[in-house]
Amino acid sequence: MTTTDTSTGPVTGGAVTGAGTTPAPSGVENLPFSRALNAGLRRALAESDRVLLLGEDIGPLGGVFRVTEGLQAEFGPRRVIDTPLAESGIVGTAIGLAMAGFRPVCEIQFDGFVFPAFDQITSQLAKITYRHEGALQMPVVIRIPYGGHIGAVEHHQESPEAYFTHTPGLRVVSPSTPNDAYWMIQDAIASPDPVIFLEPKSRYWPKGEVDTTARALPLHASRIVRRGTDVTLVGHGAMVTTLLQAAALAESEGTSCEVVDLRSLSPVDYGPILDSVRRTGRMVYAQEAPGFTSLGSEISATVMERAFYALEAPVLRVSGFDTPFPPAKLEGKYLPDADRILEAVDRALAY
Amino acid sequence: MTPTEDSVPTHTSTPADSAVVRILAADGTLTPSDAAEPYLALVEALTDAELEGFYRDMVLIRAFDRQATNLQRQGQLALWPPSLGQEAAQVGSARAARPQDHIFPSYREHVVARIRGVDPIDIIRVMRGLTHGGWDPTDPRNGNTHIYTLVLGSQTLHATGLAMGLVFDGRCGTGDPERDEAVIVYYGDGASSQGDVHEAMVFAASFQTPEVFFLQNNQWAISVPVATQSRSPLHKRGAGYGMPSIPVDGNDVIASWAVTKVALDEARAGQGPRAIEALTYRMGAHTTSDDPTKYRTSEEERSWARRDPIERMHAFLRGRGASDAFFADVEAEAEAVADDARIRTTQLGTIPVDTMFDNVYSEAHPLVDQQRQWFAEYEASFGEDS
Ligand SMILES: Cc1ncc(C[n+]2csc(CCOP(=O)(O)OP(=O)(O)O)c2C)c(N)n1
Repeated sequence: MTTTDTSTGPVTGGAVTGAGTTPAPSGVENLPFSRALNAGLRRALAESDRVLLLGEDIGPLGGVFRVTEGLQAEFGPRRVIDTPLAESGIVGTAIGLAMAGFRPVCEIQFDGFVFPAFDQITSQLAKITYRHEGALQMPVVIRIPYGGHIGAVEHHQESPEAYFTHTPGLRVVSPSTPNDAYWMIQDAIASPDPVIFLEPKSRYWPKGEVDTTARALPLHASRIVRRGTDVTLVGHGAMVTTLLQAAALAESEGTSCEVVDLRSLSPVDYGPILDSVRRTGRMVYAQEAPGFTSLGSEISATVMERAFYALEAPVLRVSGFDTPFPPAKLEGKYLPDADRILEAVDRALAY
Repeated sequence: MTPTEDSVPTHTSTPADSAVVRILAADGTLTPSDAAEPYLALVEALTDAELEGFYRDMVLIRAFDRQATNLQRQGQLALWPPSLGQEAAQVGSARAARPQDHIFPSYREHVVARIRGVDPIDIIRVMRGLTHGGWDPTDPRNGNTHIYTLVLGSQTLHATGLAMGLVFDGRCGTGDPERDEAVIVYYGDGASSQGDVHEAMVFAASFQTPEVFFLQNNQWAISVPVATQSRSPLHKRGAGYGMPSIPVDGNDVIASWAVTKVALDEARAGQGPRAIEALTYRMGAHTTSDDPTKYRTSEEERSWARRDPIERMHAFLRGRGASDAFFADVEAEAEAVADDARIRTTQLGTIPVDTMFDNVYSEAHPLVDQQRQWFAEYEASFGEDS
């Protein structure tokens, strides 16, 4: 993280769940996000033989983004499973595996290919604990590389989070830094609830510091990643980087922006957000997903309900347009960039 | 398992060699398998021009495919899924279809699309990130070829639905082969695991659709061998759902043509759906983003290269006395096709940003209209600044 990494205000939600007792390989390492995830998965696999990975091409290939590279060689083909090519099959059998006492971690190859599994996730996985009146838990993690900025073809750049945050029974999280990737994947695996684990694929390659000895924050905490006084900028995943760019640009124009990384999309940890908004009086929410009935709609409505008297301007939203994700040549215009965020910042300041 | 020279291996149980329809041996000699018996009369009726046409199709598209792969390497395309090695299965099946038939490709059927009339530059436009579609399936020039489907297996249900429509409208089984229509849908060994494919087969069999499920078993779904998708030969799946199901040597263009022709003729005539498993091999990478050395051996690749569909046909035609002039002519045309693809790709440019808001709905939609207008004003505001 290049900016002041001062965490955090009061934290609500999400007790710290243990990733076990095996001593961590100690110290701070500089790792790309994908390697940090790999290290987190490796540690979870080492700590409990009930943890299983399943997905398409995750074995010898190590996944199309190489997140699981080397894990099958280390833990064997029954812990790191190349499945048949069927997403409904992957998630549906993960449910059964969880019933048998395993902790399955599913990899969906790309955001746009989660939908064949959508029924299993939303109608089954999300509701099993409720339906069984607590008699069954569903410690299933579904890892999904998501989001744009990679110039790919159709179905490879989408942000499907709202479908999942709209579904009671699912927890939804999205790390934006290698350190969070390392810890949040372990916490997600330790969670007794199903966790949709969204990996911002444009962040797989940049490096960041990973402290393998100390967990920064619980899974469901949001975090202030840059301090500022005039406007609060909120987002998640790859958008955090864009928000930080916008904040840097704003600073050169004399506007001080605070940036909050949501980290958890369901539940949302409103503490740091409300805290920030109470200090700045203004908020801009940014996301890659289309805006209509999105996560941004929910969060801005809640902030307006809970911090109405602190606000100097309505909460403004910047999002992808309400069109399908366009062909790659247009994604730069579709996705919110620093300029579009600053345009909203200016509007907020103009009230 | 290691393929032997003249068998068509899979990573599952190899169908007994005699069960696979094959006309040409790997060295190009006419050596029909037992299973080819019912097709021999058809094959004998093929003219020199038809046989040479098969060869020409394969060579031209391989040149195009190679050019597209290079264009991707040069940064002109976001991605390219090569068809290298699968030319015979695709040429044979596409040449077996009648003009009135309907084609549902997946994303690697460049040969099929070209034969049906789709301009290969339209495929390039998809992979360059200019469009999600690229061509209009309702334009007769595109030979009823639907656009590429990237979600594995989805198109098998669409194909089945269209074929059901043909049944309901009496557009098959009338006894008039000039008028009767059929559908052919392409999918891979990996896709065959998708629920959609199974559901498509259930519907097709239930409604006795005029349809051919054309499975190209190229042995790999990215890094996963076909053994992970199926413990029994995939062609048996069709039979399990109640349709005749035929394994064919997919590197033999003549066999691929004959088997598909019979299956489509029967389907068109109202005898219900058929499944074909074309045993072939993806000789290149899955896409330009893939590195096959991570999961397969060069020995395996070499053994399949020895059964190259184009070389096999080349040897066969030579044996029949095709002229040097013919081969030279095909080479020259292939070069021209590749050049044309390169030149036109670099001229494609980009597309107006506004197209992003087009066709989200067929009728005016206030939210999209409002965003289109907002974005136009927003973009214009930069113009005024600079
Ligand atoms: C529903 C779905 N899941 C995953 C993918 C990602 N993916 C693209 S191609 C591919 C392998 C497909 O193999 P196969 O069906 O054998 O066809 P081939 O590419 O070998 O022609 C995978 C996993 C996808 N496109 N759609």
